[in-house]
Amino acid sequence: MPPFNVTEANPLRDAADRRLPRIAGPSGLVIFGVTGDLSRKKLMPAVYDLANRGLLPPGFSLVGFARREWANEDFAQEVHDAVKAHARTPFREEVWQQLIQGMRFVQGTFDDDDAFERLRSTIEELDKAQGTGGNFAFYLSVPPRSFPVVIQQLKKHGLADQTPSSWRRAVIEKPFGHDLKSAEELNKVVHEVFAPDQVFRIDHYLGKETVQNILALRFANTMFEPIWNRSFVDHVQITMAEDIGIGGRAGYYDGIGAARDVIQNHLLQLMALTAMEEPASFDADALAAEKTKVLGAVRLPKDLGRDTVFGQYAAGWQGGEKAVGYLQEEGIDPKSKTDTYAAVKLSVDNRRWAGVPFYLRTGKRLGRRVTEIAVVFQRAPHSPFDTTATEELGQNAIVIRVQPDEGVTVRFGSKVPGTSMEIRDVSMDFAYGESFTESSPEAYERLILDVLLGDSNLFPRTEEVELSWKILDPIEEYWDTHGKPAQYPSGTWGPVEADEMLAREGRSWRRP
Amino acid sequence: MKIDLTDTTASKINKALVQGRRAIGTPAVGMVLTLVIVTDEENAYDALKAAGDASREHPSRTLVVIKRVSRSPRDRTTSRLDAEVRVGADAGTGETVVLRLYGEVSDHAQSVVLPLLLPDAPVVVWWPVNAPLDPANDPLGALAQRRVTDTYASEQPVRELSSRADAYTPGDTDLSWTRITPWRSMLAAALDQVVCEVKAVEVEGEEFNPSCELLAMWLADRLDVPVKRSLSSGPGLTAVRMDTDSGPITLDRADGSLATLSIQGQPDRAVALKRRETAELIAEELRRLDPDDTYASALRFGVERLSSVPAAAVRGAGAAQAAEAAVAKAVQAVALAEAAVAKAEETPASEASPESSTPSDSPAKGESAGASGQSEASGKSEPAGKSEASGEADEKEEAAAQEPLKKAAAK
Repeated sequence: MPPFNVTEANPLRDAADRRLPRIAGPSGLVIFGVTGDLSRKKLMPAVYDLANRGLLPPGFSLVGFARREWANEDFAQEVHDAVKAHARTPFREEVWQQLIQGMRFVQGTFDDDDAFERLRSTIEELDKAQGTGGNFAFYLSVPPRSFPVVIQQLKKHGLADQTPSSWRRAVIEKPFGHDLKSAEELNKVVHEVFAPDQVFRIDHYLGKETVQNILALRFANTMFEPIWNRSFVDHVQITMAEDIGIGGRAGYYDGIGAARDVIQNHLLQLMALTAMEEPASFDADALAAEKTKVLGAVRLPKDLGRDTVFGQYAAGWQGGEKAVGYLQEEGIDPKSKTDTYAAVKLSVDNRRWAGVPFYLRTGKRLGRRVTEIAVVFQRAPHSPFDTTATEELGQNAIVIRVQPDEGVTVRFGSKVPGTSMEIRDVSMDFAYGESFTESSPEAYERLILDVLLGDSNLFPRTEEVELSWKILDPIEEYWDTHGKPAQYPSGTWGPVEADEMLAREGRSWRRP
Repeated sequence: MKIDLTDTTASKINKALVQGRRAIGTPAVGMVLTLVIVTDEENAYDALKAAGDASREHPSRTLVVIKRVSRSPRDRTTSRLDAEVRVGADAGTGETVVLRLYGEVSDHAQSVVLPLLLPDAPVVVWWPVNAPLDPANDPLGALAQRRVTDTYASEQPVRELSSRADAYTPGDTDLSWTRITPWRSMLAAALDQVVCEVKAVEVEGEEFNPSCELLAMWLADRLDVPVKRSLSSGPGLTAVRMDTDSGPITLDRADGSLATLSIQGQPDRAVALKRRETAELIAEELRRLDPDDTYASALRFGVERLSSVPAAAVRGAGAAQAAEAAVAKAVQAVALAEAAVAKAEETPASEASPESSTPSDSPAKGESAGASGQSEASGKSEPAGKSEASGEADEKEEAAAQEPLKKAAAK
């Protein structure tokens, strides 16, 4: 954990006093698009959970901005309902009483100048009434096309202006553009108004305990790092599977697809954390430097047709329910070429990983919802046992289970009890839910707190986003011009083409 | 699942644990620590319940050591160990063994506990009531990395704080200290909000609540300003008032749940400061198992330096401060001596105090403490080391008491 960065002069703060939590300084959070799903299911409960854990400053203020005709009380009621339904920690009246004092709602559309004037006067009023000290974070939980207008409005009405004693921060959600060019444009728009170190890009995967644990696992222990290289690792599989379809998100999803939606941000970030070298320290700069280095060393396969697969789910049965195919979903063009499944083989051009393929796959309507990183090891170079004894022995593997059932599994061979020599795979499990129950905060809690503290460790930077697009753009271009998506029945583990892609190299996908 | 074992041994209990786990089908153990609760029959239920709730955050093996009172001489000569092994749904997220010790074996509880500790995992001992005066040298306390006491539950909480300070060993901690974490955190947050210099502090709370003293000592230790302790009718802590160069800062909690933070020039704000359940306290306590240096430093500040003298005297000449400190240390020494002689009734406390009120006399006092320790030792074998320990403590104390004098001379 980084040292306290709040008011070092405070005599009551002491780095050795580890009971005192990292409390955010005086501040407030403004949420645009506060009526949305994300806001109700994740952001509001996260704010409450933070308050309940005593991590928010006294006088913390929450401002909602949306088109709906609400009074402050209606907004408070909405937050109340969302908190009751989705908060992780139990509802406590006194915490609620503390929060409710700083809740405001501003009604308006994004192009409405009056509304932004009202927002400004609300913020000024909160500075007086709640002592927020002019420190506000603007959370843009809005569709990407609205980014530029909201950002410009913030600038126009002086809402993004920092003074030496206060800060203004912007929090933006994925997608960060849909290709390199649009990402650069978006960055330009945002950075015109907010300084780069005041822009926080939320990749909620990075807020997950298990993802942070990748670094602990690799760099705090001695037993993994020595074998974490091409001499021992055969290949790495990174999977993020969803069992749901696109649901009501047709408008957003069609034309974007699985690779842009997931590989570009989540999977490439997971890959960077898995493959990067040890950072000099655990601060934001050192971490970003290593991630940037490894993302810069990622190479695409020579034959994109051979080593990438894109697919679409077809009608089928998923977990006992009948599911329609992607092309039959409401609001989808029946000729759509959008990928709901994507698998790519990447390599990392450095001494540690030369010749070790990284297989990344993601998809909707797959067998079950799971995200995991599997580091698969080479077989023992020599086996004193005869082949019948080791027939059932697979390759050793370390699997980092990101969600659900967070934890780490180690797979290795063990003798089956009995008189004959027979060796079979067994797994050894570490489960977060078992060793540290319930204490794991939600990713959004951690990330919102980090935004308020100004701690950018867990947020991808501009360079990382742009490098990721550089990796993905050629693949997307190839898919646009070559062939059409392979169909796979809903509820299975993807198209046969993906299995063939690995089978050609004598490997197979894990069933996660 | 529950397995009752009567007149048993540690190895039979271990067997029952394995058997219980097998029977419910989860042979893998993911427990992170062993929590030993030392208590009497009366408090066992509440303590176990709190530990069970805390185990949701820290899956652990909980060993409850209950020393049964023997009511007749015949009972005292027989010795028996009964155990109740609970695994699965009956034991929170870990396993629980309730150990009932009858007769002689109750003086050798560590021999039962030692074989039941989880391999390679930290051990925490918690005394909900009747904590030993020197937890680290208690046979059970010696097994643990972390020793949790609760001065709030003792007869004379404030005096016990002094003896905790004397006996402090890294790894000691007290639930009275845990109780004030939200207060400390809120006060620190309040000072984040204003740039100011604190001149004086007043801590107000109910009598016989050592949390108030600990908070006051922490503030005095960190801020280096006079801190006054005043009484109210509670519940618990009721207010902290800080007098600063940019106006007063007050954190006021009249009802035990919602507090008001007032800072001059800023609006009043409501902050949630609910009194917490024991389970939450234990969960916080188990979160970190490294020595709590901040606690040590606050504890060692000394209760006597708080309110007994008018603020001006402490802030005034160094000499006054030194004299005050010396007196305070002497009083502490009295407390220690008293504690040592508590069982050996023939030495009245009043005799010990004039001797030890002057720091230069401490060898004599060491003797008196030693003598009483010996007289006790003849009754029981356990406190044999005690006379030595208290003698050492006295020496340290003397050095500590002389330090302010040197400082005063320098000034």
